[in-house]
Parts: sequence; structure tokens; C-alpha cells
Amino acid sequence: MPREGILVNNPLERLSGEQVRQIHDASIEILNDPGLLCFNKKAAEIFQSHGAEVTSVSDSDTPCWHVRIPERLVTDALDSAPKTVTLGARNPDNALIMKGDEPRVFFITGSETNTWLDVDFPTYVNKSDPRKEIKVPEFQPRRSTVADLCDSAHVCEHLETVDGYIRTVNIQDKDINEDNKDVNKFFACLNNTTKHVMSGLTSLNQLDNVVKMAELVAGGPDKLKENPLISFITCLVKSPLQFVDDTTETFMEVCKRGLPIVVSSSPQAGTSAPIKEAGIMAQINAEVLAGLTLGQLVNRGTPVLYGSVPVRARMDTLGDSYGSIETSQYNIDCVQMARFYKIPNYSTSGVCDTKMPGQQSSIERLFSDIVVTLSGPQFLHCAFGLLDGNSVFCLLQAVLDDAHFQMIKFFLKSPRINEQELDTVKKQIKEVVATPQKMFINYIRPVMRSGEISPPYPFEGDGDSDSVFALANERLQELRARPVEHIDPDTTARIFREIPGLLPRLNVYKGER
Amino acid sequence: MSGDIIESIKENVIQGRVTRDDEGIDEGMVGQPGVTELIKEALASGVGVSDIINRGLTASMTVVGQKFENEEYYIPDMLASAEAVGAAMELLEPYMAQSGIKPKGKILIATVKGDLHDIGKNIVSILLRGTGYLVKDLGNDVETKDIVEAVREEKPDFLGLSALLTSTMVNMEATIKALAENGLRNKVKIIIGGAPVSEEYAESIGADGYGADGFHAISVIEALNSGDSVAS
Ligand code: B12
Repeated sequence: MPREGILVNNPLERLSGEQVRQIHDASIEILNDPGLLCFNKKAAEIFQSHGAEVTSVSDSDTPCWHVRIPERLVTDALDSAPKTVTLGARNPDNALIMKGDEPRVFFITGSETNTWLDVDFPTYVNKSDPRKEIKVPEFQPRRSTVADLCDSAHVCEHLETVDGYIRTVNIQDKDINEDNKDVNKFFACLNNTTKHVMSGLTSLNQLDNVVKMAELVAGGPDKLKENPLISFITCLVKSPLQFVDDTTETFMEVCKRGLPIVVSSSPQAGTSAPIKEAGIMAQINAEVLAGLTLGQLVNRGTPVLYGSVPVRARMDTLGDSYGSIETSQYNIDCVQMARFYKIPNYSTSGVCDTKMPGQQSSIERLFSDIVVTLSGPQFLHCAFGLLDGNSVFCLLQAVLDDAHFQMIKFFLKSPRINEQELDTVKKQIKEVVATPQKMFINYIRPVMRSGEISPPYPFEGDGDSDSVFALANERLQELRARPVEHIDPDTTARIFREIPGLLPRLNVYKGER
Repeated sequence: MSGDIIESIKENVIQGRVTRDDEGIDEGMVGQPGVTELIKEALASGVGVSDIINRGLTASMTVVGQKFENEEYYIPDMLASAEAVGAAMELLEPYMAQSGIKPKGKILIATVKGDLHDIGKNIVSILLRGTGYLVKDLGNDVETKDIVEAVREEKPDFLGLSALLTSTMVNMEATIKALAENGLRNKVKIIIGGAPVSEEYAESIGADGYGADGFHAISVIEALNSGDSVAS
């Protein structure tokens, strides 16, 4: 049985059917004129051999082609791209089945932050009344390591609402380099969670090693096809409208191997896309369609997700503002576009602008988590622990986010209103109004134990001060103490024998055999 | 007359209007001469270059800076004004030598090999142009050898390097080494920037400075820039 996620019954839509059409038409026009700049020769050739108009750009320093994609290629690609994408998992019960026309939401982590936040709770004493003490959370940023990645995967394994795992932090240990980064980051994730694992790839020359590792874990190449327990994310189009050389190469290689991949575009309204909603929407949709078309030309039927990470620029720095309301609006629009094409969508919510967990972070993330979830993306990424516009990851925040998603999931349960239910309650009402106390309390108990009543906020303290962080931290420590099911010893031994570059310290069985 | 035109230049820098087609902030400005047209007109009518620079451009950027501090202006406003100053400086450059004015300095800027992030670098370039520097932008994903070549040819006073990935920031160090190997390290001051780098990192790889953002970059470069400059 795969994971259930949460089905959104009446998904929130911002665009009318006509507006969706208009965006689609504008994107199709953009794909033809101005078209895209393509810095990858093979991709340009593939487009050309399928009838796109491709010309070499002579005044560019680096080799570059101008590609105009005709509507026919896009329509074909939208036809052949699978409408259901399965993301497998080491534990098959954690598989995710995403149907492009079904607004069933799965919550997944992200992204690849360089900074990890530790938390500590020093005690402060009131100057005027030293009997009064409070513990105040203090957050300490530092560069993230592979041990942090293992820690984060381990805790996310136990967070109930985390449906899948994107590597949350960049591994920056001294002994990590371009050539061993990919195998170590995938191993750290796979070995510490039995949920689906997705990541970007740092070096294309590591793709085969990573796939080999996944095959060993899955039990062979065929098993991996059946149960694709890893998938990839690539930002092959740099906004506005440029196929990047190396990422496009990686994208095509993954497509050839038939493993699931996200075609992600991340334009920033104001800098790399128009500040107007119509503009960023027409552009991002064109960029995703361009990537999706290339993927289907490389390998017809290969599974892709419609990846959207649109953001609005901050007016004070021109950095990304994930906390801005427009960012949520764009994401919801993208969910609608993907649903229009029936391609499963990878969307973004939950990242905040502030650097630390606190009130601003809670408000910004909960706002976007609610509204974007309501729109029904299949794959909602970034949703746990990310701060400072995607630059900082905090595990304590991820624990808090898990509580948010429990609330959102509860809210999205279908209303239980039907004839039978109404008959029961009509009877209750009649009975109660006939009693002297006129109280319904007796009827609570059976309901209370059926899961129909939402639990209290899990980090509510009993004192006069806010103890949310301290209680969440207790929960974090408790999750850390729970064991995880690592990859078995034999498979681990094979992986360490056959996959070059793995750090011996990641072998949890070393010393035992 | 010269007073009027300098006032107009000043006003148009504050409005961030490079040419007559630009909107500016106030209504109804499209079609009226922008900074480019006004500078040409001023030069044709014999207004002094140093007057234009000091009383027109520098004075207006001071106003823009104040508006930014007061949160009346945001970065897009600041950049529009900086762009107007950059365009003006380009027009004035050929006249500076004959008027005995030393240019503030020349800066080459690039995002290093393997890195495609360029939004931050572009912002820094525009702001530096707006401060009166001549900025040549080499683009992103620039090969180390191409940076070395450009330094050899252009003889800039400063080299700005940008990187946003931990995997590419090492190419900053490689660039500094390559410059040294080519005997060029002492000919140029190097300032680095981008989210994953820091003051300490700059020091550790032998760069001369680190800029956390565009404004910080300006102050670091101004501090490193000894010698006479027009704007002071
Ligand atoms: C926008 C963005 C992109 C855009 C870039 C668009 C563009 N035209 O630049 C796209 C989508 C293309 C992209 C691609 C990728 N990205 Co990116 N990206 C970002 C993001 C969200 C914002 C960067 C930005 O533009 N900030 C706004 C500007 C204004 O700020 P800034 O760049 O920091 O610049 C300021 C200062 O740093 C300084 N400065 C900058 N340069 C210089 C130079 C000098 C000389 C000086 C003095 C100062 C200075 O002044 C600037 C102005 O204030 C960052 C996250 C983040 N918050 O930083 C991730 C981020 C940098 N990207 C990341 C990743 C992983 C990638 C990809 C590998 C994703 C993938 N799997 O495909 C690719 C890599 C492509 C490549 N080879 O470079 C990671 C990097 C982690 C790491 N490994 O180090 C980050 C941190 C996001 C994350 N957490 O996952 N990305």
C-alpha cells in the first residue's frame, strides 16, 4: 500500500478556465518567439532533428543555439508524458503515486542549504526577581555536513507528515569533493530514511554510480524500474528561457535511463521574469514545457514532474521573497497549469524570508503551506525546515512544520455528512433537548476515540511563557533517539565494495564484521 | 543655463531615466529628454565635465541614497538611478582626460567557472557603475583562463568575482592562483562576493576584500581605492 497523502476535494483555483487557456497560448507563442537560447549542442540537435527551427548564435562567446519550438512538439510531448508518476521507496509502503488529474498532496522536504541551524536553550534570570527564570532558544548557524544530512533524514523518517525526502543540506565536509559528493549524499539519505529520496546531481560522471547504488538497494535494475526509490531534480532552463549546458546534459541522461525527474524552473518575478503575474506565469509555463518537451524527445514516455519554483523578488534586496503573498499565488497558478496538462506537479511552499524560527517564520510558512496545499499539488516541496529564502535549514523548524501539516491534513478531511449521519444526530438532538441538563457530553466519548476530534497543538505549554520551541525540541530529541531501519548489512557491504568514493564513516556496520 | 541643465540632469538621475523613452517615477515624463540626451546637450553647450559629474551626478546619487535610507526608494529605484549615472559616465569618459579628470577606476567582474548565478553580480555591476566606476562585465560561467586574459588586456584596477555554489567558490581561489602564475596578481585588487563566501574565506584565498551586498561592495572598493577620484 503506497502512502496516502491527502486528497483535496475541491482544490483552490485562482485562474478561470479561460485564463489557463490564455497562459497556455502565450507560452506556446513564447516558445516560438522569442524561443529559447540553448547552450547544449545535443539538445539543439535533438530539437532540430524533430523539426524545431534551430540557428547558431554567432555573436556568443560560448557555443549557443537559438531554438524555436513549434506547438506540435509540445502537444506531442504533453500526450506522451505519463499522467501518473510513481516515486518508489526503500519501504514500498512509502511509495508515492502521483496522478496528474488527482489533487492528492504529498509533503516533501527540500532543498540544499549551506547553513544548518543548531539550537540551544540557555537560561535567563530576571534581574529584578532572580527567582524568575526562562529558557530562551538561541540559534547558531554553521556549515552543514554529511552527518547533518544523516541526522535530518533520520528525523524526517519519523515525522509523520513527511512523505518523501529531498536532501535538505549541502554536504561540505573537508573530504567531500565534486567526484564523491553525489554518492555520499544519496547514500546518506537512502540509509537513513525508507521514504522516497530525491536530489539534484552535482557531477554527471556520478550518475551511473548513483543509479547502481539505487539498484543494489532496490534489488536489481528491474526492481528499480518497478520501484524507483530515487529520483532527480534539474533546473535545466535558466530564466529567462535559456537551456543551460551541463544541467540539460544531466537531464537528458536521466531521461534516457527512464528514472523520474523534475523539470524545474525558478524564475524570480522582477529580475529573471516580469514582475507581473501574467508575465511570470506565461514564462515559467513556457520554460517547463520546453524542458518537458526535450525530455519526451529524448525518451518518449519517460516520467517527468512539472516543476515550479516561482518567486517574487524582494524590493529591498532583489533576493527571493518566498514569504511574499505573490509567491504563493504563482505557485497555485502553476498547480493549475500542471493539472490542465494532467502532469503531476512539483510545487513550493513553506519557505520563509526570515533567518530564524520565530513568529515571522511561523506566519509566513503556515500561510503558504495552507494556501498552496489547498490548490492540490501532487508533490509539495521545500515544506519542512527551510528558512532565509532557501539558504538555511533547521531541524527544529521541520518538527514544528510537521505539526502544521497535521493540522492542514486534518482540515482537509472530507466532511462526514450523509443521511445516516444526519439521522443519528437528529436522534441525539431530540434525546438531549428532552433531558433536564440539555448537554451532549455523553456523546463525545465514542467520537473522541475515533480520531474525529483534532488534537490540541502539540507544543502548548502550561506556564506563562511560550514553550513551543522547548517542547518541539523535546520531541526532536525523542525522534532522534528512535532507531531507523538502515540498509541491511549485506547490501551495505556490497555498496561499499562496488560504489567508489563512499566515506567509510557512513558505514553503520563498520567494526561489526 | 548651465545651472538649468545640471538641475535637469540631477532630477532625471533621481527619477532613474536613462533616455527620453523611460517612464521615471512622476507622471508624464515619457518623451522629455532623459540623462543621455541631457548629457549630450550639456556637452554640446560647453558645460564643464567636472560640473556635470560633481553637481549633476554625484549630488543626485546622494539624494537617491538618502531616499533609499528613508525607505522611500527601493533597490529597483536605486538601480534605475545607478544605470542613469552609468550611462552618463560612458558618455563623459572620452572628455575626462582632456578636462584633467582622473576616472575613478576600472572594474572587471565575472561569475566564476561552473556557476550560472548572476543576479547578484549584475546588481553589483550596476551599483558600481552608478558610483562612477567603469565596469566591464565578463558574464557568468567564465573560464579562469578567460578572466586572466581579460585582466591582462583590460588592465583593470579591480577584479570582482562572484560565486553562489560551494562547488564553484573554489574557482575563485583557482583564479587568484592563475593570476599569480601569470604575474598579474599584484596588478589588480580582487574583491569577492556571493552567498557562500565570507570575509574569512576572502582572506583565506588571498583576495583583497569581500562584499556582502552591493552597497558593502562599494564601500570596500572605495576604501581600497587610494588615489584621487572625481567624485570626492
Ligand atoms: C535564483 C537562484 C538560482 C537561479 C539563478 C538565476 C540567475 N540568473 O542567477 C537558477 C534557477 C538558474 C539556479 C540554478 C541552480 N541553483 Co540556485 N539559487 C538561486 C537562489 C534562490 C537565489 C540567488 C540570487 O539570485 N539571490 C539574489 C541576489 C541579489 O543575491 P546574491 O546572489 O547573494 O548577491 C548579493 C551578494 O551575495 C553580493 N554579491 C554577489 N556577487 C558578488 C560579487 C562581488 C564581486 C561582490 C563584491 C558582491 C557580490 O551582492 C549581491 C547583491 O546584494 C539561491 C538561494 C539563495 N538564497 O542564495 C539558490 C542557490 C544558490 N542555488 C543552489 C543550487 C543547488 C542550484 C542548482 C545546482 C540547482 C539544480 N539542482 O539544478 C543550479 C546550479 C546552476 C549552476 N551551475 O550555477 C543552492 C546552492 C547550494 C550549494 N551547493 O552551494 C542555493 C543556495 C539554493 C538551495 N538552498 O538549494 N539557482
